[in-house]
Parts: sequence; C-alpha cells; structure tokens
Amino acid sequence: MSDRHGQTAHPAALDTFPRLLMHHAAVRPGRPAMREKEFGIWQTYSWAEVARSVRAIACGLAELGFKRGDRLAIIGDNRPRLYWSVAACQCLGGIPVMLYQDAVAAEMTYVLQDAEIRFAVVEDQEQVDKMLEIHPEVPFLEHVIYDDPRGLRHYSQPMLIGLDELQEMGGIHDRNHTDFLDGEIDKGASDDISVMLYTSGTTGKPKGVCQTHAAFIAAATGAMGFDKLSEQEDILSYLPMAWVGDHLFSFAQAMVAGFTINCPESGDTVMTDLREIGPTYYFAPPRVFENLLTQVMIRMEDASALKRKLFAHFMEVARRCGSDILDGKPVSAGDRLQYALGNLLIYGPLKNVLGMSRIRVAYTAGAAIGPDLFRFYRSIGVNLKQLYGQTETCAYVCLQPDGQIKLDSVGKPAPFVDVKLADNGEILVKGPMLLKAYYKRADATAESINADGYFMTGDAGYFDEDGHLKIIDRAKDVGKLKDGSMFAPNYIENKLKFFQHVKEAVTFGNGRDCVTAFINIDLEAVGNWAERRGLPYSGYTDLASQPAVYELIRDCVEKVNADLAADPQMSGSQVKRFLILHKELDADDGELTRTRKVRRNFIAERYAELIEALFEGKKTQHIDTVVKYEDGREGRISADLRIEETKTFAPQASKQAA
Amino acid sequence: MMNDMPQAVQAQEQAQGNGRRIGDVVLDLQNISLSFGGVKALTNISFNVREHEIRSIIGPNGAGKSSMLNVINGVYHPQEGRILFRGEERRKMEPHRAAAQGIARTFQNIALFKGMSVLDNIMTGRNLKMKSGLLANALYWGRAQREEIEHRVKVEEVIDFLEIQDIRKTPVGALPYGLQKRVELGRALAAEPSLLLLDEPMAGMNVEEKQDMCRFILDVNDQFGTTIVLIEHDMGVVMDISDRVVVLDYGKKIGDGVPEEVRANEDVIRAYLGTSH
Repeated sequence: MSDRHGQTAHPAALDTFPRLLMHHAAVRPGRPAMREKEFGIWQTYSWAEVARSVRAIACGLAELGFKRGDRLAIIGDNRPRLYWSVAACQCLGGIPVMLYQDAVAAEMTYVLQDAEIRFAVVEDQEQVDKMLEIHPEVPFLEHVIYDDPRGLRHYSQPMLIGLDELQEMGGIHDRNHTDFLDGEIDKGASDDISVMLYTSGTTGKPKGVCQTHAAFIAAATGAMGFDKLSEQEDILSYLPMAWVGDHLFSFAQAMVAGFTINCPESGDTVMTDLREIGPTYYFAPPRVFENLLTQVMIRMEDASALKRKLFAHFMEVARRCGSDILDGKPVSAGDRLQYALGNLLIYGPLKNVLGMSRIRVAYTAGAAIGPDLFRFYRSIGVNLKQLYGQTETCAYVCLQPDGQIKLDSVGKPAPFVDVKLADNGEILVKGPMLLKAYYKRADATAESINADGYFMTGDAGYFDEDGHLKIIDRAKDVGKLKDGSMFAPNYIENKLKFFQHVKEAVTFGNGRDCVTAFINIDLEAVGNWAERRGLPYSGYTDLASQPAVYELIRDCVEKVNADLAADPQMSGSQVKRFLILHKELDADDGELTRTRKVRRNFIAERYAELIEALFEGKKTQHIDTVVKYEDGREGRISADLRIEETKTFAPQASKQAA
Repeated sequence: MMNDMPQAVQAQEQAQGNGRRIGDVVLDLQNISLSFGGVKALTNISFNVREHEIRSIIGPNGAGKSSMLNVINGVYHPQEGRILFRGEERRKMEPHRAAAQGIARTFQNIALFKGMSVLDNIMTGRNLKMKSGLLANALYWGRAQREEIEHRVKVEEVIDFLEIQDIRKTPVGALPYGLQKRVELGRALAAEPSLLLLDEPMAGMNVEEKQDMCRFILDVNDQFGTTIVLIEHDMGVVMDISDRVVVLDYGKKIGDGVPEEVRANEDVIRAYLGTSH
C-alpha cells in the first residue's frame, strides 16, 4: 500500500507506539508527558513515570489473561490513566477500542459485540453501571477495570477490578519479570493494528476502522514536520478519546514528538483549564470555536458603552489587516500601528481570556467552519488553520500551510499524501495513513478502496488555481433542485449556523422546486437577547415559538439568501421558507451523531410531516415528538409550529464573494 | 422505648442491604417540650438517631420541624426534656459546642456569604479546625501555612465530591439556587461532621436538582458514614432515601418508623391530606 510513501522521519527502531514511549522515557525522562488537574492543582507526570505506569498496567492486564490481538474497550473522559491504558494495550499487542463516553448503554452494546470485547477499562461508576447493564448481551466481557473507585465500594461483582489494584499487581509482576514486557514490545510490528476507531455512523451501523502503528506514526510525523512542532508543545486534551482527532493530536502526535498533553479537571472546567495551561498547539472542531465566540459576543453585549465602542473599533481594524499581518503580507504603517494598539487593548486581553495567548498553531476540522468565524480568530492573531481528513485517513489528508490561508479551502495535500478527484468530483486519497481494513467488514473495505488503492472519501470538492482543495459537501448530499440548479445543503447550513442565534440548521430541497430549512435557535444567545428585550419565556419550546424570535431568525435567513445570491453556483438555492423546531436536535434522540453532525435522513423521516408542510406552504403545522432523556426514559413534546416565508434575491454576479 | 426496637432492627437490616452498618443510638431526645412564651412549638417529643442512618423529620408547615433541628444543635433550649448526645446529657448545648462535637448543619434559607467565592465559603466550614493565630495567618508563615494547605486539601476533596470544580472561584451570589444549596452542603461537609443536620435541602428545587441532591446525601452517608438528620417537605424524596422517619404535626409526634410504616400510618395520612383539626 505504501509503495513510495513509506519513508518517515523516524528511524526504523521507533516504528510502534510502545517503542516510542520507551524511547521518550529513556531520552527525556524528566520532561512532562502529561498533566492533570486534580483537587484544584495541576499534577505532572514525567515520561519516565508514564512509562512505569504503562508497564504496570500492561503487566496487570497480562496477569488477568489479556492476550496479543485482544481488543480492549476504553470508555471515559480524557484521563491520563485511560491514555496509559491505550499504550499498555498496545505494548501487549492488543487493540484499544475507544467508545464515546456519553453514549447510553444500549448504543455501546453494538460496538462491544462487534469488537468481541473481553476487557474494558472505564472511568467511573457511571460507565461501570453501563457495562453491568449490558453484560447479558455481551457475555464474553470478562473484566471491567475502573479508574475512579468512587461509589463502587459496595459493588461485589467479581468481574470488577480497580485500576489501582491492577497497577499494583502489574508493578510487582513487572519487577519480577522485567524482560516479559520488553519481550512483548519487541514482538510488535509497525503494520500491526494499533487502534480501532469506530466511525460515528452518519450512515448505517458504526464500522471499526483498523489503523496500524505505521499509519498513525506517518500522519503524526508528517504533521510535526509540516508545522515544525517540537517536544516543547502543550496541548489540552478534552475532545472525546473515541474521536480520531483526539487520537491523532493527544496520542499519536504526543508520542511522536514527545510533547505534553494536559487533561482538564472536568468537562465543565475546560474554559478555565485552557486559560491556565495556555496551550501552544490546539485542536478543536468548529463548534468549540463557535461557542467561544458566542460567549465573547454575549459578554461584549453586556459590557459598558465605552468597552463596546473600543471593541467594535478594533475588531474593524483587525478585520482589515489582522489576517494579513499574521500571514506576513504587506500592510501599511498606519494599520500596523492601529493593530499594535488594538493588540494591547483588545486582542491581547481577549486571547488571554480565551486561553489562546501562547498558541502557535491551532487547527479545526470535523465540519466546515464559517468564513466569518474563521476570520475572527485569524484577525486577532490566532494562527487558526483548517485540516481535512477522516477516521479512515487518520484525520490527515490536507493541511493549510502557514501564510497561505484561504478561508474556503482546506489547504494542500499533506506530506506523504496523494489526492485526486474522481469524475463526479469525489475526493480520492492514497498514502501511508490509509486504514488497513474495516473490522470484520471486508465488503465495506472493498467498497471504499478502489482498484488503484485510493480511498473514496465520499466528499465532493475541487482544486482551485493554487492547488488548494475546496470541499463543497458530502458527494451524496449534493443534489439538484427541480430547475437543475445545484443544492449543497451543508454549504447553506454552515452559512446559517454562523449566526450566533442559530445553533443548528437542516435544509431540504433535493428534487424540490425550492429550498426550505429547519432552524434550532441557540438557547443561550437567543435567551440572552430575549432577556435584554424583556421578553419573557419559559423554556426552549416557548422561546422558539415567539414571533419576535421568528423575526430575528428571518433576518439571519435573508442575510444568507443575499449572500447566496452573490454566488452564481448557489444563487438558485436560496431558502424560501423556514420553521424553528420545537426541540433541540439531540444525539440521544438519534438526530445528531455523537460528534454532533446532523443525521439528515433520520431527521427527514422523523419530521416528514413538517417537511411536507414547508413545501406545501402551510402557515402552521402540529407535531408530536417522542424524546429520550439522558437517563434513557422517554417523554413527549408537542407543539404547533409556525412556518414563515423569507425574501429571496435576484442573482447578482458582480458582487464581491464573501 | 420498647416498641422502638423492631423498627430499629428492621431499619438496620434494610440498611445492611445497601452495605451500610447502622450502629448504636448517637442522639437521644427524650420528652422534649419547647415553647416561646405561650406558643407551644414542641410538645413532649421523643425519638433517637442511630449512627450512620438517614433520619428524616417531616410534617406540614409549622409542625415544628425547624424548631426540632434548632434544639438538636443548641440554638433553642427546650424547657423540658433531656438530650443525650453520645451518651452524655446536655441540658444547655450552645451552637458552638454542638459544632465542636461534630454537628454541622445547613439552613432552610441559604446562609452563605454571597460576595465570597465558593472556595472561600467552603473554607469557612473549616473555621473550627483552624488553630494558628491571627499574626501567623496574616504573614502566612510556619504553622499557619501548613494548616492552610491542609485545610485547602480537605476543601478541594469536598469540591471534587460535590462536582463543583467549575464554580470554584465564582462568587456564590452569582450562582443559581440549586448550586447554592450544594455549596451550603459543601460548607457543612468541610467541617467533617459526624452528625449532619439538613434543613429542607431540596426546597425550591426542580426535579433534576432534587435527584442530584438525593444522590449527594446518599453518597455522603455511604462514603463518610455520616449520620444525617434531614427535614423535608417532599414526602416522595423522604420515603426514598430515609432509613427512619419521624412525623410531626402541631408540635406533636404523630408517627415514627421505617418509611413503609409511616406511609401506612392513619394519623400521618390525615395530617397530610389536611383533615380539619
């Protein structure tokens, strides 16, 4: 597979993650490998300590009967010991399988069955309870190892064992048989499967993507060289471990470069932890950047008039020249002076509050990012770039090179990667980072890799004149309206979602005569807006149905329409009617994937009557929906939804593109 | 006293099912009567609290529940009756004496320092355990420093336990009501009490907040073995988490026993359904 891409910067001896770990423990034993905030204080673990703990966990697992090739389920927040369990599993030649920790028990059953899990390392009581609940359906599950013993004192199931005890047991084993683990590590080969990541399942059942050590090491090495990253970097690890992005940034790259990963205290403290750590290297999906910006905007609206004026003025300066200064393009002395002043008064403090003062490189991926959102971060001096990739390619296909940032492209093919386009515009990629196979799904593997060894991404895109790749939409989502004009739903939705008041949008139009949209309002942003206007509301459903809110959203939709009108390709797909949904789209109801991507077909089925009403041009439509709460119980929400018409604009080819 | 025995044994067995051990009587209230001038708040009330149990006091508004709690921690002094705490009789128990003996409480109306952070508020719960002098503290030197670190560790454990890390530095006044209640529980826990008095910990909460609070109360009882006396309005909550329940009405005890017994008690049903008196 890796005919001409096989060379990586690392010598042959460091071709698996366990070897890399032992290498760091020998070369930089005292440097921090990991930090974790516990009891309010950042605790540091050096590479030597991490290696010792990983060895102990690995030996403990071996004592319990874990064998080469076994799969180890890992479920929980980003805790150091869960990352160590990943490495420990790899030392034994096992395959770690990370699961999304907020999935309900029933959703985990499929993956545990598919991967035939015998061993699971889980974070806490919550996850232990899930394991016990689904144990009858996963009878081959032998051992559940938990990190945090809180609340588990009275659990007497023999399958449970604390990670503390396991580590203790393994530590003794390691001291008595020092060569056992080294022998196991020696047995590892670079084309062994290093990890199995389940695809989020926007289409059908999740599939286990088998990636080798070589693949992830190549992806990490390429990225390190591309952005000149070193062992000095600090990164905050707060994204789900089951996501390929976290595995690449928090595990593979850290292991390759030897930099420090930092685990937040809890999911709610990420903002504070980010500020305290001040990472130099940062990775987040667009929605995180969006949330940060929304919070900033909300707080700015509550600020005093003077501060608002200053903010508005300097943001205007930043918009004018911020990105150019970052890219090293020529900028007039006057603007430079203004920007320097702005940096002192606004951008500097703002970056500090966001925890972005030290960032050298920040990446976003996972979904398209709104151009205005992207420009905002770049203009205040955060070197935010986009990358493109998927689970099957170790999230490593295209990267934006420093100084050549285009708002609407994902950059150039990354080192070692070969990208080409199929006739229908589908993006095809080849390189050392490609998946080895889908687990037990030879049919799916054959379907996704073509005869020339190219992986078919399913995304539609094209190269611009500078060789930058532009992504339009999922190839299968791109459709046509009745009059033949192109309909790219994601493209329109992303434009809608940039407005801080719009949290989620779903558009429809394939094979229809116009485009319509479902809108989810952002409860925090719109709620704040309503409060400032003295508008009373009792909750999401009530707020979403208020005429004033409809007015507000219509404004957003019409702005998007004006924007679309300016693009000759897209002017036909302006949104004609919309409604605001009575509930927030939720992963628990199956409407979003665990990575919060819209599951278009599911929504189209579930809300078929609403869609019909939209296209028929009705004024209102009644809907009754079953919702699932976090604890698995079900309830119902019903509402009469209003449908509103929006203004559309004549195509205007001459306007400057956004 | 005699007919108390089967109840206690039953409660003991029930609790052992959850893995907790209920021990001997730690607090025994005998024939307590309390009046304010001519108003009789409590009339001839006797009940006891055993080690490690969750004991609830319920009753309609004005039944004397809070008065009972205030008697236990020494704010009110009953005109009649005996209070035995760990076998020692206390006719006049001052609140600070009660605190020093390991009794901590929360209040019906939140009594936190609104302008202070969550961390500082919980730190005040350590007040009785601070031994170093004013000067040493001001200079943050020697024993004061060691002590401060020790207390901070304890407080951080409480913060971790109650899962309020994200609001550690937030001023209490800026928090929603449910969280303030949780912070108040945190301050009481910081004193490492052996007996915890909770005055309507779930009043004014929504269902989710109530469930959270129940979980924390059960966890405190389970993990630290803290004995808990709880006043509550919400019958459902009380019946779910208590080992034994005392029912008061118009200052008199009308029921006492495990939740099932109390639920079946005619007097209790009458009091709650509001039959005219």
